[in-house]
Amino acid sequence: MFDALFVFIAVFTVVCALGAMLNRNTVDAAMCLLLCLAGVAGLFVALHAFLLAFLLLLVYAGAVVTLFLFIIMLIDVRGSASSPRRRIATVAGIAALALVVAGLASLATRGRLALPQPPPGLPVGESLKAYAELLFTTYLLPVQLIGFLLLIAMLGVIALSRKAP
Amino acid sequence: MITASLNAYIGLSAILFAIGFLGVLLRRNALVIFMGLELMLVAATLGLVAFSRYNAAMDGDVFVFFILTVAAAEVAVGLAIVVALFRRRGTIQVEELDSLKN
Repeated sequence: MFDALFVFIAVFTVVCALGAMLNRNTVDAAMCLLLCLAGVAGLFVALHAFLLAFLLLLVYAGAVVTLFLFIIMLIDVRGSASSPRRRIATVAGIAALALVVAGLASLATRGRLALPQPPPGLPVGESLKAYAELLFTTYLLPVQLIGFLLLIAMLGVIALSRKAP
Repeated sequence: MITASLNAYIGLSAILFAIGFLGVLLRRNALVIFMGLELMLVAATLGLVAFSRYNAAMDGDVFVFFILTVAAAEVAVGLAIVVALFRRRGTIQVEELDSLKN
């Protein structure tokens, strides 16, 4: 049922994700996040979404993690003097953890989706032409909205990073 | 050629999402909280791509496009806010950023 390569990539991704979230050192956490994203890109390749795998590496590994590393070096995070957690925060954390575990358990026990095998024939995610057709016909309005969103984000970052008078 | 069932992909996506969520809950460094948010977004895209592949439909793949763009914009603005916060307050530990409370 499970391919050995799939198991390897999946375990690698999960371990790197855990490392990214639990590491005390922020730079190490960013590096673990990078490896985790590479694993997810590998899974995209396994799903025949080659363009998305490439874009994931380009946008996340190339831009987002690099930005994280720049910010980490810029603001020089010292190890936090860990103050004790407040009780309400602990209770809320335990409740949220219980919800997540319940969701995962429900997925494991009842999440039997149909479509166990990919449909035969050429995978649709492979052809760039299909992306272009959808992006420029059905999803033309969202593409333009996303363009405006990027413009607004750019202006917002410029306004935020200006020195306060 | 890697073969795995749709359930495996969705389960992996859920596990990654849970890890990111736990990071957001447990960590108190604003940068690591941001990394947890990014991890949750990536987990969601993994689920979308898997559904798209197994249903032979393109819409999930195109949606991942938009998620990637929104994530990039979000991280740019969020990190700019973190830097501005650090400049003004000298810390990015979320427990110490409680000036709205009083």
